[in-house]
Parts: sequence; C-alpha cells; structure tokens
Amino acid sequence: MLENQANSNFSKSTGLPRKRFYRARAHSNPLSDSHFPVPLSPSHVDYSLHYPQLFPSSDQGDDSKKIQFADIGCGFGGLLISLSTLFPETLMIGMELRDKVTEYVKERILALRVANPGQYQNVSVVRTNSMKYIPNYFEKGQLSKMFFLFPDPHFKEKNHRRRVIGPHLLDEYAYALQVGGIIYTITDVEELGEWMKACLEGHPMFEALADEELEADPVVKLLSSATEEGQKVARNGGQTFQAVYRRTMLSL
Amino acid sequence: MEETQMEEGENNRDVEVAPALIAVHPIQKSVAVAIGSDLRVFDLQAGCAVSLVDDSGGPLHKDSIRAIRFGAEGKLFVSAGDDKLVKIWTTESWHCISTVCSEKRVTVFPKNPLDGAHEIQSFCLGHTEFVSCLTFVCTPDYPLGFLVSGSGDSTVRLWDITSGSLLHTCEVGAEAGLLESNGREGQCYPAITDLCATPDCTLIAVAIQRQCHCSLQGVMLISCDFPTRTLSVAKVTGVSNLCGDSPSLARVRVISGFKKSNLDSIEHEPIVLEDNAIPVGEKLLEKLQGSVFIEEKVLSAAAEAVKTAMCNLLIKKQYSTEKREFRKRTRNDRKIKH
Ligand SMILES: C[S@@+](CC[C@H](N)C(=O)[O-])C[C@H]1O[C@@H](n2cnc3c(N)ncnc32)[C@H](O)[C@@H]1O
Repeated sequence: MLENQANSNFSKSTGLPRKRFYRARAHSNPLSDSHFPVPLSPSHVDYSLHYPQLFPSSDQGDDSKKIQFADIGCGFGGLLISLSTLFPETLMIGMELRDKVTEYVKERILALRVANPGQYQNVSVVRTNSMKYIPNYFEKGQLSKMFFLFPDPHFKEKNHRRRVIGPHLLDEYAYALQVGGIIYTITDVEELGEWMKACLEGHPMFEALADEELEADPVVKLLSSATEEGQKVARNGGQTFQAVYRRTMLSL
Repeated sequence: MEETQMEEGENNRDVEVAPALIAVHPIQKSVAVAIGSDLRVFDLQAGCAVSLVDDSGGPLHKDSIRAIRFGAEGKLFVSAGDDKLVKIWTTESWHCISTVCSEKRVTVFPKNPLDGAHEIQSFCLGHTEFVSCLTFVCTPDYPLGFLVSGSGDSTVRLWDITSGSLLHTCEVGAEAGLLESNGREGQCYPAITDLCATPDCTLIAVAIQRQCHCSLQGVMLISCDFPTRTLSVAKVTGVSNLCGDSPSLARVRVISGFKKSNLDSIEHEPIVLEDNAIPVGEKLLEKLQGSVFIEEKVLSAAAEAVKTAMCNLLIKKQYSTEKREFRKRTRNDRKIKH
C-alpha cells in the first residue's frame, strides 16, 4: 500500500490504479503470435499466484477448487469486480490480450484486496490469447460460466476469423463448459450481435435460455452495466444485443 | 495484384525442392514416391511402373506435393500439394477420381466432411514446440489404440486418446545424442520431421531434422510397448554409415529386419538392402529415383535443396524489413470501410 501511494500511477484518494496510465492500442490482432508464458496444461496453472490467500503455496489449498468463471477479453475488468462479490465462493479469471490492460486489472485487484481485507481473493486476470490457449487453462467441463462482453467487432468478412465467437471456437467453449454451463454475450454492434446469435443457434451443443430464466439470472443484469465498455454504450444511449446460451449434451 | 507481387517476393529465396515422400500400399501392392511436383508409382505385383491417368489434362500437380497416403485399406490414394489441390486416386486403375481445390494451402480437408463433429474429445497437451507428425497405433489387444506424435521439441510422445493424457515421452533427440549446446541459447533441439508405424504397430520409424552439427542421417526406431505404455529407442539406424560419405537423402533405400523379437539381441542390426536385393530391384529404383545410379554431385545438390526446404517448412515465416513495410502499406483492414 505504501509503495502504491508513492507510485503516481495510482490515485492518491482511492489507492486504485489510474486508467489513463494504462492506455494501450485499441486492438491487437489475436491471430498473430506474441510472447507470453502459457501453462503447458490446466494442471500447470499456478493457483497460488492468482489466489494467494486461498492457495498459500503451489501445493497447499483445496485441490478440488478450480476456476469456474472466465471473462474472455475482460478489458478493464469491471465485470469481474462485480462478480467477485456476487459469487464470493467462486474462483474466476479474466483473459485479456493487451498487456497494459492486463497490468491495469492486476493492479486494480491488488488495490481492492488491500482496501477490502478478505474480499476480492477469488478474482484474477491473465494475459493470454483466448483464441489459442483456452485448453491450456481449463479442463474439459471445468467452467460453469463464460463471458464475452462487447468483443471487438472485426467488421470485414475477411477478418471474421478473428472474432472471438465463431463455429470452431464454440467447439472449444463447449469443451471447457460443463453441461448446463452458460455462455453470456453482449455487444452494441448489431451485425456482431446477429453473428454471435447465429453461431450459437447453429451449434448443436448450445441452446438459448428462456425469457424467464434470463429474468431470474442476476448475472444478466450485469452484462450491460458492469463493464467499462457497457457503461460507455449506456452513457451514449446505445442499443445492445445479447445472446445467452446453455451448454447442452450432444444428442446424436 | 498485391498478392502476386508478394508471392514473387517470396519465391526469391533459396532454390528448394520439397522433401521427397514415400508411401507403401498397406498390403504391399504398390509403392509411390513424390518428388517436387512429380508423382511416381510402381506396381510391386506386376513388377512394372504405373502410369497415372488424370482427365483434367496437364501435369498432375503444378507445384510441390506435400502429402501422399494410401487409404480405405489401399483402395484409394491421395496426394496434396502447394498447388492447393487434393487429388484422390483409385488404386485399381490409378485414375484420378476427384480433384478438390482448397482456397488456402491444403491443411484441412474442405467441403465440411466433419460437419457435425463438434464435440471435442480431448486435448493432448505437453509438447513445447510445434507438432509435425502424428500416427494412431493399435493392436488386437488394445483396439482403442493410442496416438503417437512427433514435435519440434525433439520428443515423440504417446497419448491416451480418450482422456488426452500423456502416457510417455521419448526424448528422441537426447537419446540419439543429438542435443548439443550451441553456446548462447543452450541446447539445440533437432525437430522430429516424420514418423511412421509398422503394420503391427510395435515399431515406429522416426525421421529427425538435420541441423546445427547433428550428424544423424537416417531413421531412428522406437519400440512401442503397449502393456506398460512406454516408448523406447530400439535402434538408431544411421543409414549414412552404410553408404560412406555421400548424403543418402535422395536415395530410396529398403531396410529389412525390423522384427520385435530381434531387437532384444543387441547384435542384430536392421539391414539396408543392396539395390539388387530389393524385389524387382533395378526397375523399381529406376521408376522411383528416375535412374538406378545417381551421380554424387546430383545427390549432394538434391540433399542440400531438401535441407533448405525442410528448414523453410519448419521455421516460422520471417519477413525482411522492406517486406514488412510493404505488408503494412497494403494491409486492407486499415482501408476505408464501405
Ligand atoms: C472492446 S473490449 C471489451 C472489454 C470488456 N469486456 C468490456 O466490456 O469493457 C474487447 C477486449 O477483448 C480483448 N481481446 C480481443 N481479442 C482477444 C483474445 N483473442 N484473447 C483475449 N482478449 C482479447 C481486447 O484486448 C479488448 O480489451
């Protein structure tokens, strides 16, 4: 904390990192190779680094407790922060491609842990390319929720393969999600909204949640309000398009 | 337009030929060899060369062939190459029964043959470099079988298909004594470039890339023990020491004596058959190699070209500064949206 205050990247009044020092390029190309460490397999993910209070060392802590929520392209982390207190018993992680943005979220979580002892211990972030390395982080059926909030639109048809939702990537998400797990998507770009819905609708291992289920799910309300991008869209009075689907068993 | 310019730029690198490929019919009816864009088949039963018939006219493949394989228990044969064509042949008459054009380089079979295959069974995670080759192995006792993979990390690994778990790692490079320290970056790992199982799946032949000062020119035999689920190096067959100093890469060699029982005795060496000991010997070699005797000079030039090609295949594309600038200038995701 003392260190943090000496650091001008942090606000003096709140102790939280200041976003303007973590500006980064608006987009990076998810299909190009960058260099960051990747765990060899889910069993190589070091939980003690991500959740030090719950896993005091690499071999201590509840082995059966695994990450259950993944926020893909978490940006500045607003959703994770909200989910952390809403589901205090659940381990969750954000995956973000841009390194500065990831650094910001890391600092944000650390600052929140200091300011609120005992809280925010279940949330973490990792810099990685979700289009390549989901299987390195999660075992088959490990996740109960996946979030794709305001993903980059990649308008041109040639670049549709850079989109984080697509027919083949859904195969991977279906692998990582347990049966009954839920995938949440939202965007302010109508064309992308239709694309994500069409991909999910066309996939044999996902089915749409019924309206009553959407009503009853407290998480659905966070989709448009919890993230930085969502708040920006709301401020500008923009429309949003969401698609929320359940992982089903494949019936042959 | 821009694309053609780019491609021309890329073609300016060293002269190369695609590594030669060989495929043997599952019950030894015929043998096929691909060299560059040339596909040659020899009928082992009739003891004569086969002429391939492709109604499309023109050359069979217009660019280097990268993969050939027998399938459907030997009834079909496929070839695929840099001309972005996949050709399917019936081995009855050696007619091309179908030509499929893939828009990109041929890496995935097109036309949705996998429609409906959405459920991923498992991921086999463990290699620390690219995976270059795969083969399934199974025996009557283990009908489910296993997967064997070779990689740029110099290892061959055995996997459980259902769970994706790594059963055993064979440090091929290390065991062959091929790892050497290259000073700054520590170890250099010669990549596994290809592997192939014997029909009874007890032995796997592994090809290793020649690089740095690694001296192995030949194949390594790995024996596969199903009950204990382990791979172990059975033999390092340095073909090179059997034919003096001349590079052996461009020669078709038949190696005999791969018998599991024999491997227990250290004395036993697989034999590289002399040209005249090969069934239908010279005729076969003439077809597959183009001629029976190959001049030393030609051999070494070919070996050099293959080496370049193999390196280009295995390394990530590196662009020069000018080329990178050119790519940046012509990037179309920055152009005005319509
Ligand atoms: C428009 S932002 C939305 C961020 C956040 N979900 C929100 O709603 O505020 C999209 C984010 O996804 C990240 N991203 C894009 N492709 C990614 C990938 N393949 N893996 C991980 N993150 C990715 C981008 O870096 C960017 O921060």
